[in-house]
Amino acid sequence: MSDIEKLVAEATAEFAGISEMALLEQAKARYLGKSGSVTELLKGLGKLAADERKRAGAAINSAKERIEAALNARRELLRHAALDAQLRAEALDITLPGRGQGSGGLHPVTRTLERIEALFRSIGFDVADGPEIEDDFHNFTALNTPENHPARSMHDTFYLENSPGLLLRTHTSPIQVRYMETHKPPIRIIAPGRVYRVDSDATHSPMFHQVEGLWIDENVSFADLKGVFTDFLRNFFEKPDLRTRFRPSFFPFTEPSAEIDMSCVFCEGNGCRVCSHTGWLEIAGSGMVHPNVLRHVGIDSEKYIGFAFGMGPDRLTMLRYGVNDLRLFFDGDLRFLSQFR
Amino acid sequence: MQFSEHWLREFVDPPLTSAELAHSLTMAGLEVEALDTVAPAFSGVVVAHVLAVDKHPDADKLKLCRVDAGQGEMLQIVCGAPNVAAGMKVPCALVGAELPGVKIKAARVRGMESFGMLCSARELGLSEDHSGLMALPADAPVGEDIRTYLVLDDKLFTLKLTPNRADCLSLKGVAREVGALTGVPVTLPPIREAETACDVRRDVVLDAPAACPRYCGRVVSGIDAKAPTPGWMKMRLERSGIRSISAVVDITNYVMLELGQPLHAFDNARLSGAVQVRYPAKGEQLLLLNEQTVEPAADTALIADERRALALAGIMGGEESGISDATTELFLESAFFAPDAVAGKARALGFSSDASYRFERGVDFDTTREALERATQLILDICGGRAGPVSEAIDHNHLPRREAVRLRVPRAEKILGIRLGAEVAERLFKGLDFPFTRDGDDFIVTPPSHRFDIAIEEDLVEELARLHGYDNIPARLPQGVLAILPQNERQRSVWRLRRLLAARDYQEVVNYSYVDAGWEHDFCAVVQPVVLSNPIASQMGVMRSSLIGGLVGNLVYNLNRRVERVRVFETGRCFLRVDKSQSLQDGEGGEIAGFLQPKRIAALAAGPAAPEQWGLPPRRMDFFDAKADVEALLAPWPAHFARIDHPALHPGRAAAVSVGGKVVGIVGELHPQWVQKYELGAAPVVFELDLDDVLQQPLPAYREASRFPAVVRDLALVVDHEQPAQALLNGLIAAAPACVREVVLFDVYQGKGVDQGKKSLAFRVVMQDTEKTLADGEVEAAVAKMIEAASREFAAKLRS
Repeated sequence: MSDIEKLVAEATAEFAGISEMALLEQAKARYLGKSGSVTELLKGLGKLAADERKRAGAAINSAKERIEAALNARRELLRHAALDAQLRAEALDITLPGRGQGSGGLHPVTRTLERIEALFRSIGFDVADGPEIEDDFHNFTALNTPENHPARSMHDTFYLENSPGLLLRTHTSPIQVRYMETHKPPIRIIAPGRVYRVDSDATHSPMFHQVEGLWIDENVSFADLKGVFTDFLRNFFEKPDLRTRFRPSFFPFTEPSAEIDMSCVFCEGNGCRVCSHTGWLEIAGSGMVHPNVLRHVGIDSEKYIGFAFGMGPDRLTMLRYGVNDLRLFFDGDLRFLSQFR
Repeated sequence: MQFSEHWLREFVDPPLTSAELAHSLTMAGLEVEALDTVAPAFSGVVVAHVLAVDKHPDADKLKLCRVDAGQGEMLQIVCGAPNVAAGMKVPCALVGAELPGVKIKAARVRGMESFGMLCSARELGLSEDHSGLMALPADAPVGEDIRTYLVLDDKLFTLKLTPNRADCLSLKGVAREVGALTGVPVTLPPIREAETACDVRRDVVLDAPAACPRYCGRVVSGIDAKAPTPGWMKMRLERSGIRSISAVVDITNYVMLELGQPLHAFDNARLSGAVQVRYPAKGEQLLLLNEQTVEPAADTALIADERRALALAGIMGGEESGISDATTELFLESAFFAPDAVAGKARALGFSSDASYRFERGVDFDTTREALERATQLILDICGGRAGPVSEAIDHNHLPRREAVRLRVPRAEKILGIRLGAEVAERLFKGLDFPFTRDGDDFIVTPPSHRFDIAIEEDLVEELARLHGYDNIPARLPQGVLAILPQNERQRSVWRLRRLLAARDYQEVVNYSYVDAGWEHDFCAVVQPVVLSNPIASQMGVMRSSLIGGLVGNLVYNLNRRVERVRVFETGRCFLRVDKSQSLQDGEGGEIAGFLQPKRIAALAAGPAAPEQWGLPPRRMDFFDAKADVEALLAPWPAHFARIDHPALHPGRAAAVSVGGKVVGIVGELHPQWVQKYELGAAPVVFELDLDDVLQQPLPAYREASRFPAVVRDLALVVDHEQPAQALLNGLIAAAPACVREVVLFDVYQGKGVDQGKKSLAFRVVMQDTEKTLADGEVEAAVAKMIEAASREFAAKLRS
């Protein structure tokens, strides 16, 4: 092996043994620096004959290139190793929990109300609201329930002291009346809200929620009521096979009136504890708006027909999420409420 | 309304199982709330005659009985019942009988053979009575299966009737309905007029014909009031939930159940002169059968004789004129009392009676006399005696009217959304036995006297729909005009706010709208709260005027359950009295006759500022956390905060929140005295805002972003430590020339380098022009102007 080849092999070996950039640069100077071995060889070329010089020059240049290549390769390798080391040092325990504020949630019944609103808005129902301290007229009389009507005993009413004729609304139906007093048909609304009755036990709360629905137009029928409410329940529970059953019933403000049952969402109608083994759950009251109600608010009951329904979102929430005690909704227990995020 | 299926089937017997019958009633609007068996399944029990009872040789408490159970041979049965006696008739479970939970085998009891078991009512599952053997009437046929003898394969129907269907408060009414639904003919017991066999007569006078337009009465003389009620009648009454009292009372109840007509029997010996129906004299009192003494209101009709009030008409009889075991002569009343005259009266007196329940809903005014005859017949049969002539007073002008109602078939079809046709309508009306005439496709229907709920066309539509079957009306998705619902962009929905607070780690709650009066006093300083006259509990006695009390209640509840970090919010109405001088529109805003009902959104936060975690130093929530939440709720409106005094809040840590000059709510730390009183440990922070104000939002207005570079200068100004930062900031902004785009407070410092009693407030001033790059001179001039204003108005010095 010639000296030149030896030099290349020596340099390559030396570079490979170096693992610090600064030492590598020092080693580079020993070969390629001003007085480095390769530079010295080049300096010696002048002493050679012309043809000899050409050959030797080519050999030296080739060696220089190879040494430079070995150097660059080593440099690159060391740079990578340094970056790797830095990245390793910067690594975090990414399994530690995220930092900062937590998040809360909506009340389960509110969540249901939001869903009900969204479902009905999607078929063009607006949302109406009304007062909770109501007058006797809007809560009863305008709804075709005059004083001493037996239907009044169905509602155990809270009254205000020293305020004759004022009460806490027993249902959301007065919102219907107020809305019709100020709007002309066609009317398509739902009216969610709190209602109050003097009743408190495991299945009754003295305050609870209702959602009233009302559609008044020239061509609205009982068949539409069945269609809309069945469609609503199927979408609310996301059960396309859910069945409904409309039963004749009585409400002073609708005629014909219907109680709405739906097939039990727990047992698919086969009978279980929740549905008292009947396969059916009572879910809403409904009917065609009584002409007296329309007349009270100045709507032509010959021209317009309407349907109304009223349902209990508390119960819908219980059925949807499997809550078995109504009172939990009003206790403010965070261990319960935080499950509905 | 509860009754025996066996009784009903005596009147109408459709080819349906009990369950099918129940379903068809339910689907016709007579909801069968319960369908119960009378007795559990058992077999092999017969009527037996105890012939002889001897002592058991080896047991004091056991007896050796010789029993005839109709088996041909006499049975020896060992029995431990205390009441077993020779001659009595009892149920006997024969060898091989299966009782609830037991199979009867021949056995040796203390060495003596026993071939069966004599049964108590409890052993047959008929009642809880286990005091002794179940004694059967002396005429019970020996050997007959007890299930047949006691009609134990009967079922109990319980109807949950709606108030409009008083006509079904009787077996006759339910039978009529079943007939209409199934087309099976109805057979009612024949009613004969009793022969007049005594001439004692008591006249009847109607002095309150609006309340009582029809009254029939008669004397029945020479009765035996102690006669026993027949077993079959007792059984039917019991299966309707009515306890047997005495034959006469039982008969009146029986006829009421059978025909729907409440009756009353007076002791004729205690009456004097004509019976009258009249309104009470002022101050007139009456002792009722329930031992309650009442002073009836002026519009409550009474039954009276010449001397005194006897009964509350249609509600309850009086104690002093009632019958007893000693009664030998009855005056039997069957009357029609108008619903309006009876409605609400019993409830006002604090009770309800079977009679008032029926009269206020409507009793058939055509059955008055018929019911009297039916009761007379049963009394004569059971108690003996002689019937007197019927005295009947009737005022046709005050009897309920039955105006003909026109039903247009196309209208019915439109309301129901189906094709029905006149033929179907005709068939259905015939089934209901409603008299009608036809006028083309219109039906002119006269409502029958037993129906009080048919007055308008829609009522007939319901009848048609009910009989046709709601199930036979299709569920159809409606077609409507697809108009877009308006959306006001300057108004955001409450859902946005709820979601925003939830995202800021608040949990929504729903609290009662009525609260403890103490909360109103403590948190709102309300002197005259809105009081409920009939609260469910005293601590729910007044309407809330703030949501804060409820939120503090939530904190207490959760602290008691060791939840230390509580962040809750609620939206809902509050209730305030309106100052008399304010005049407000009644209506949707929630203002009603002297009350304001604003909707609010409020929150409470207590405990550590963030959930416990490794990466943040722990810190309690404080005023500024709540303030940031308020600012986030009101954004993009800039909110302003001004010190206030508020009963719920720490006086130095409370602010009124305003937007655009209007106060919209409050924020602050709970007052230390409430922290102590309610044992909250550390003070929570709360805020409460008027929802309607928070829901407002501006439409974004575009301003071109400058392409020229911004210049930023920081100013540290030293001011008195009590100087509110907001005022200084407002002063700087007011003094800033047009090129100043933004001034932000970014640091507050007290300590080394700043004199005692002073603080340093650091502001970042961002300047930028939309037309050009700012020159140094302009920048320096702007800064100088602001510093000058701060120094002039707030004695601020530039920190060196």
